[in-house]
Amino acid sequence: MDKYVVGLYDDEEVLLSAVKKVKQAGFNIHEVVTPFPVHGLDDALGHRQSRLHTVGFVGGATGFTIAISFMIWAATSSYPTNYGGKPYLSLPSYIPITFELTVLFAAISMVVAFFIRCGLSISAKPKIYDERTTDYLFGMAIKVTEDTTPEDYSRINDTFTKTGVAEIKVRDFDEEK
Amino acid sequence: MGSYESPIREPLILGDKDYKQITTDIVRSTQGFPPLSWVIAISIAGSLAAFYFFCVAWTVYYGIGVWNLNKTVGWAYDITNFVWWVGIGHAGTLISAVLLLFRQKWRTGINRAAEAMTIFAVICAAQFPGIHMGRPWMAFFIFPYPNSRGPLWPNFQSPLMWDVFAISTYFTVSLLFWYSGLLPDFGTIRDRSKGKIRKAIYNALSFGWRGEAKHWQRFESLSLVLAGLSTPLVLSVHTIVSFDFATSVIPGWHTTIFPPYFVAGAIFSGFAMVLTLMLITRKVLKLEDYITIAHIEAMNKIILLTGSIVGIAYITELWTAWYSGFIYEWFAFYNRALGPMAWAYYIMMTCNVISPQFFWIKKLRRNLYLTFFLSITVNIGMWFERFVIIVTSLYRDYIPSSWADYYPSWVEVGIYVGTIGLFFTLFLLFARAFPVIAIAEVKSILKSSGAAARVKQKAKDDAMAKGGYAEGGDLAGAHHDVKID
Repeated sequence: MDKYVVGLYDDEEVLLSAVKKVKQAGFNIHEVVTPFPVHGLDDALGHRQSRLHTVGFVGGATGFTIAISFMIWAATSSYPTNYGGKPYLSLPSYIPITFELTVLFAAISMVVAFFIRCGLSISAKPKIYDERTTDYLFGMAIKVTEDTTPEDYSRINDTFTKTGVAEIKVRDFDEEK
Repeated sequence: MGSYESPIREPLILGDKDYKQITTDIVRSTQGFPPLSWVIAISIAGSLAAFYFFCVAWTVYYGIGVWNLNKTVGWAYDITNFVWWVGIGHAGTLISAVLLLFRQKWRTGINRAAEAMTIFAVICAAQFPGIHMGRPWMAFFIFPYPNSRGPLWPNFQSPLMWDVFAISTYFTVSLLFWYSGLLPDFGTIRDRSKGKIRKAIYNALSFGWRGEAKHWQRFESLSLVLAGLSTPLVLSVHTIVSFDFATSVIPGWHTTIFPPYFVAGAIFSGFAMVLTLMLITRKVLKLEDYITIAHIEAMNKIILLTGSIVGIAYITELWTAWYSGFIYEWFAFYNRALGPMAWAYYIMMTCNVISPQFFWIKKLRRNLYLTFFLSITVNIGMWFERFVIIVTSLYRDYIPSSWADYYPSWVEVGIYVGTIGLFFTLFLLFARAFPVIAIAEVKSILKSSGAAARVKQKAKDDAMAKGGYAEGGDLAGAHHDVKID
């Protein structure tokens, strides 16, 4: 069952305090969707820090190693060529290309990791609780199951109402299929 | 929350906007039929772009001989245009990356279009090394790939080889940075779309973005690190472009101040191009509330700074050439300023050093007509700077018997003008189908930098200062506690 009760808020400050209050009330927030990044939301939801920068570091280190070792190998072992009497192994002149490939690998690996971790793809069929959540509303979704009783529903509604919700709606993605 | 901002700072979003209004204002330009002005503009730009391809075909068919290069001046128009376009690209990365690291909020209004400009300018720049090869289909020779000639590798000690890596990395990273920033805004357009096909296209473009909190966290982490990577990258690119000249032993090129001087010049011309584009865009797309006079003034300040740096570099070069006591070096500069092509030198000096000095005066910095005029002047000047550096260092060679003159042929002019057409074709397509302002980023500064929002915030603060009750977050509570009567 893929069903949610979604509280829609019209201000990020109200949403932020609502997230805290809804959590205090003991509900498990399935997801919060916002039209722009809301600072403090990660802490309120208890999200860990993103590790994307680690991916960038590993990517950059890989690019660095590939670039410098390839150039050393090409210039000293694969096909040593004398350019204007310069030494075969002239590390200072490898700096620019090494730097560029470090940046290139770091950037590409981070972007690829970002797309994979967020599940973004060109053929994605995203579940959108409300089409206004990429525009001006902030949505907080609580997942409901067959076991959710009518009392639970009204408790969710009450909590949303108390925290200054603008609109409450129920979305059942199974039904819509 | 609503982070506090000094009331002395000018608002960056004018009018009484809310989140919904911001979306409507920015997405408007992608909806409906294109206006007549757009159709006319793209017809002109498209024709020029077509002429570009014609001139390239002409060059390839008849060979490089149709250009007016000669034995003495072996590098002229193509490399001038290459450096000019790469330089223009630099402002986009500077606005999106460096200003992000410095937390400059005014970047949000212009970063999207400036980054688009970067990408299109680099596309135009990349044409020239390719065409100059004469056999562009052999362009892959510049990349190190396993081959049957040894394998013989390219010369990794050559600045031209560094350029290959610098430009391709710069293009790739700029594209990734720009596109990842576009995802949320494509999501916004998708969710406003009524038509099924339009929705599907924008869904694919947004890669199914829906603005989940965790995604935003990764998004911000990604932008910050990409900005951190792009900052040294953008400095390295024009440094390496300047190495094309500086590592040679040609008097007039063999100069150690080239890297900082080129980087400053790149930012200078890039900001001028951003201003040219933005002044038109804000007017035509009615975005004056988002690209305000404050934005334009901020950019004019950067033009003034970098223009003055460039001016100091010109004078330093002259002084060093004279003080070196080296006759070839001194002759190169003497000849630049007083030789037969001195007219180019004085166009450069007037446009680049004198014209930005008007911006010391606040009233002129905020004058749109003057800004528009000077933005074009600066780009003419910066084109002549590269022309002066390249041609006037070459045409009076070491031996007077090999002295030559250089004037471009119609094919060379055609290729250059054609790339301007190519650039504007791409920009017009962008302005039509993409959100020209980063919608999500503008929304995130609305409360701190929006004109009306700030008035509301102030009323709230005043009420709190009086000890009145302010509803909402923790901040209000904290204020309440420290209240002393």
